[in-house]
Amino acid sequence: MKYMLLIQSSATAEAADAADGCSVEDWMAYDKAVGEAGIRVSAHSLADLTTATAVRVGPTGERTVTDGPFAETREVLGGYYVIDVPDLDVALDWAARCPGSRGGGSVVVRPIAEF
Amino acid sequence: MDERASDAATPVGPPAGAVVEAVFREERGRLLAALVHRFGDLDLAEEVTSEAIEAALRHWPVEGVPSKPGAWLMTTARRRAVDRLRRDRAYAARLAVLQVEADRAGPVPPPEADGGLPDERLRLFFTCAHPALSSGDRTALTLRCLAGLSTPEVARAFLVAPEAMAKRIVRAKKRIREARVPFRVPGADELPERLPGVLQVVYSVFTEGYAASSGADLLRVGLAEEAVRLARILRRLLPAEREVAGLLGLMLLVHARRDARIGPDGGAVLLDGQDRGRWDRAMIEEGRGLVVAALTGGPPGPYGVQAAIAALHDEAADVATTDWPQVVALYDVLLALAPSPVVALNRAGAVAMRDGPEAGLALIDGLAGEPLLRGYGPYAVARADLLHRLGRTPEAAAAYREALALAGTDPERALLRRRLDEVEAPEGAADT
Repeated sequence: MKYMLLIQSSATAEAADAADGCSVEDWMAYDKAVGEAGIRVSAHSLADLTTATAVRVGPTGERTVTDGPFAETREVLGGYYVIDVPDLDVALDWAARCPGSRGGGSVVVRPIAEF
Repeated sequence: MDERASDAATPVGPPAGAVVEAVFREERGRLLAALVHRFGDLDLAEEVTSEAIEAALRHWPVEGVPSKPGAWLMTTARRRAVDRLRRDRAYAARLAVLQVEADRAGPVPPPEADGGLPDERLRLFFTCAHPALSSGDRTALTLRCLAGLSTPEVARAFLVAPEAMAKRIVRAKKRIREARVPFRVPGADELPERLPGVLQVVYSVFTEGYAASSGADLLRVGLAEEAVRLARILRRLLPAEREVAGLLGLMLLVHARRDARIGPDGGAVLLDGQDRGRWDRAMIEEGRGLVVAALTGGPPGPYGVQAAIAALHDEAADVATTDWPQVVALYDVLLALAPSPVVALNRAGAVAMRDGPEAGLALIDGLAGEPLLRGYGPYAVARADLLHRLGRTPEAAAAYREALALAGTDPERALLRRRLDEVEAPEGAADT
């Protein structure tokens, strides 16, 4: 069963700084562990929120493009893993091991829908 | 949809049917858990469990009860499940995948030794109380799957419409299926994290039963019994877990006072006014044994300590001779284990008994700023009682009025109105 781990970090600068208690080494070790467990389907880390662009298409087909409009959101998606594991408990274990779940951040676990 | 419900709606049935019904109530959870373990699908397991019980209700009165009723039910249910899978290929394909993954995930359990069903209920307890479910869903599923209550019975217990409860249960089962919440007992390393969730569900069923336990709410008294039954099952399945012993002990030691809690007028009777001769001595003895088990062989847990406090009350001949210093000491332990304003409030009540109302009131007033105690009925009642004892009549009356406004049930209101009358009665007349 595939699950997406959405790595959320706090949007406020001071909280984000506190979350940076996780070192690059922590992330590399986690990434290596996911790889070695053979559960990685895909994973990406996202560039800073200030580089985001939103696109909306209205009912008449006109396109509106705006730059990162997420100032009010309290949590920002920083990256994700898609992992393939037997059940939710295993997925929750991997979420708990992820450095993004510490220091005020959170990892949201969502099953991938199967059609 | 649920044949047990229609049975329950017909009060005049053959007495034999009632006996069979009771047997099934016990057997249902066991059968369901075994089927969930085998097929990995709660919906399928529930359907074939109901079908097997329905078949038994048809066959047994005519052909006699088989020598191994559990095995008969299991065989029948399995056959139905296989039939269903044959009819529904897409379903079968999905289940085949589940089965392969289940095999990959862990070793197959040993076959049943004595021809009886292997008891897989512990898995189901942990699934129903999984942290991925909301607390309301956990309670509803546990009552439905492990206590064997029908959906309308669960709905009645929680005073909601049957349709709403049916929806809630369907939603919770969908969540289990789609997020693939596993049917497994957590490993020894995870148990300390997961067991409190299971115990919390059982205890919440118990307190729900106690929140309203008289008159029009008689139906809900059954909830306390269900909670005790669930805890007994857990105790058998996890004999080494001291907090399970503590929880069962706590519930027995409180439930032993059930008959004395309701006065002749239907009003609630608090501990100080209860006729202790009406307490259930056998239940108290059993509870005391469990307290010993809960507090021996390791550091105490919150349920074990609460059970010990309940035991001190049950052992005392009256309120005056209760070992209040020991009660206060146990509340200190409990506060250190599980700090909460409600525990602090109870401790203040015990201090008032040990050191006098003044000391208790000072502690209670010190808790006035706690957001959790704002609008909390027992806080207002405790304060009112101490003000009353101190002879601060106008303040006591105001506090009783506040408590009356917060009381949730008729028996509680009756009790508080009586106290308010006492306080407001002219001097000398209040002494009865």
